[in-house]
Amino acid sequence: MGHDFTKLFELIVSASLINNFVFTRFLGLCIFFGVSKKMETAVGMSITFISVMMISAAVSWVIFNLVLVPLEITFLQIIVFIGVIAGLVQVSDTIMRKVSPGLYYKLGIYLALISTNCIILAVPLINAEEKYTFIQSLAFGLGSGLGFALALIIMASIREKLELADVPAPFKGLPMAFVITGLIALAFTGFSGLITL
Amino acid sequence: MSSHSTVSLKDQVLNGIIKENTIFKLALSLCPSIAVTNSLKNGIFMGGAVLFVQVMVNTTISLMRNVIHPKVRLPIFMLVISGWVTVTQMLMAALAPEVNAKVGLYIALIVAFASILARAEMFASKNSLLPSMADGLGMGIGFLFALTTISFFRELVGKGSLTVPTGLATDHVFTFINTKPVLLMILPAGGFFAVGILMAGFNWINARAAAKAAAKTAPAAH
Repeated sequence: MGHDFTKLFELIVSASLINNFVFTRFLGLCIFFGVSKKMETAVGMSITFISVMMISAAVSWVIFNLVLVPLEITFLQIIVFIGVIAGLVQVSDTIMRKVSPGLYYKLGIYLALISTNCIILAVPLINAEEKYTFIQSLAFGLGSGLGFALALIIMASIREKLELADVPAPFKGLPMAFVITGLIALAFTGFSGLITL
Repeated sequence: MSSHSTVSLKDQVLNGIIKENTIFKLALSLCPSIAVTNSLKNGIFMGGAVLFVQVMVNTTISLMRNVIHPKVRLPIFMLVISGWVTVTQMLMAALAPEVNAKVGLYIALIVAFASILARAEMFASKNSLLPSMADGLGMGIGFLFALTTISFFRELVGKGSLTVPTGLATDHVFTFINTKPVLLMILPAGGFFAVGILMAGFNWINARAAAKAAAKTAPAAH
């Protein structure tokens, strides 16, 4: 049992730091550059993100392993996963609006954005490819979510400072954001080899 | 936006390549622009896959535009896109298995491309077949152009060589620099630098072109 927990912990660390989705797998970049301008939105997005990520990892694991694999229609995984995610986002949108309007007012907009995010789709796809167990899939979802949240928050805090910096005209805005992301990614390469799975 | 129909097909294609270049101008669908561009060959294949999906999706949506009920249009668009992506992935796996092993995940993620859904929603669902195909072609070529430029730059600087595909499964490696290249450029971090620098270059060229155009029209206005 203790061994299992170590494995899970390793999985979370590797998903969030070593194979960080933004810095080493380059996924979710649109959202990453889109919402990292302000700290407040970055935090809101992170919270929504981690929860949706874990739920979608769980639901799509169940559907993949209990429906697609027995029926031998795994080639439909892309269509099914995108359907699951879109449905899930719609459901959580409705539930949140009814149960907690205050929270909906704050986080609702991010929820709508999430369905077009490639990380959310990548997690079930990777889970299916690596043949993770249910618990491992959850851990992978959590780790990836945490990693994305970390990336967003680092980036938002840098970009808030960058507003005051004197950047050459052609580099203003996105190009500069790219260069900064490159620098952070360089730092993140330092994590590789931290844990060998 | 009914004025689209008066725009010539050629302009429609050019619009996607230059004015609304997905990566350099709109900054959408950025994931593969960094993930697969560490060799020219991967960049070209990825760009080709996106080009194919974009044209096919636009064609399909345009043909179906009178049948789709507006209330359920988004799920149907997603279904059409994911169908074509699945087809592309199967084609890739069958024809170029070696490339597919490297870029397969990103091919699957074409589904989540904002740019493809956006073109389906904004253009193909409102226009007839030929303009929609031209639009898809332009957007796709623009994407292919961006990916080729980025991967050309990265591989040349990072490895000192260029891998040019000569067929679906064959390629030829041209080596230009035999001394130590700038390894940083093919590392993940280098991708961000490359895109940042190229984007700035694109902005600079556009700004210069705009300034020239303004200088030309200014005397005429007097």
